[in-house]
Amino acid sequence: MSRAIDKLPKGWSGLTSDFGSDQKTFKGMQWGKAMMWIFLLSDAFIFSCFLISYLTGRASTTVPWPDASVVFGLDVFGTSVPLLLIAIMTFILISSSGTMAIAVKYGYEKNRKLCAIFLLLTALGGVAFVGMQAFEWTKLIFHEGVRPWGNPFGAVQFGSFFFMITGFHGTHVTVGVIFLLIMARKTWRGDFEKGRRGYFTTMKSNYVAIEIMGLYWHFVDLVWVFIFAFFYLW
Amino acid sequence: MTQYNKKEVKTHKIGVYLWIWGLLFVFSFFSYMVDYLNFEGSLRWTLILFFMISKAALIMAIFMHLFWERYAIVNVLLWPMTLMLLFVWIMVAESEYTLLTRLFYFILGV
Repeated sequence: MSRAIDKLPKGWSGLTSDFGSDQKTFKGMQWGKAMMWIFLLSDAFIFSCFLISYLTGRASTTVPWPDASVVFGLDVFGTSVPLLLIAIMTFILISSSGTMAIAVKYGYEKNRKLCAIFLLLTALGGVAFVGMQAFEWTKLIFHEGVRPWGNPFGAVQFGSFFFMITGFHGTHVTVGVIFLLIMARKTWRGDFEKGRRGYFTTMKSNYVAIEIMGLYWHFVDLVWVFIFAFFYLW
Repeated sequence: MTQYNKKEVKTHKIGVYLWIWGLLFVFSFFSYMVDYLNFEGSLRWTLILFFMISKAALIMAIFMHLFWERYAIVNVLLWPMTLMLLFVWIMVAESEYTLLTRLFYFILGV
């Protein structure tokens, strides 16, 4: 099947011809997808502001920084395993990213039921992640006495950075779970086959919506990759 | 406008995603091992950053389909992100100067 987009120049000459063309720059890309990318870029700006403030705050304090592998360690049958909960959370979030990618694939193949099932699996992973984060926060706040203005382990800034960064990320996961459930319902009901119009829009539904949802979810996973490296392992 | 439209979107074999999923697991496991085995110093930072960048690249390229997108969107996204990382690096370098002035002030009182 020959598509109009396949006739456009590719690579770097495609870049110049796309930007030099009229009407639209991002050829072959549904506008909602382009807008999600732009939103994610702005979200990346916010998270990098957190990253900068955290790294500079940590590097410029004269007090020793709390040892993350001890603070986030978990006791399993009497032996303390460093970062165990965080490792499990990481594997869960990656798995939910995997199921999301598969849901997008089934969506474009118009496999309605499998797409909805994989969306639900993704949401389940998100719920498990947020649940474990709530457990971690409870442990830190009520059992270890970590506060935004101080903690028993070391530099006082630790608490404020921790709650701000993981809290903002957890909010993203929670919002993602809500939208995943909405999308799963729409998919199961067959909105994307029938082109049913959305609640807030007169435009017809399309399986592109699943890919847009996927972009958001993968971004949440992407942010966790950076948090895992810089906050927990550093 | 419709001539560029969806409908005939190419999809990939499920194996591609399962492979990347597996690779992400392996990279995460190794980066966890860096902490578990108590690697110290520049070896630790290098390994952590290597696994972090590899995971981020796999997620963006394959899961988020950037590998198959046209260069227009890829360039619009990756250049600002590169500048952001550069900004992070600049500010971290600056914070070492802040630490130095603090140590001077706290210890020498000047």
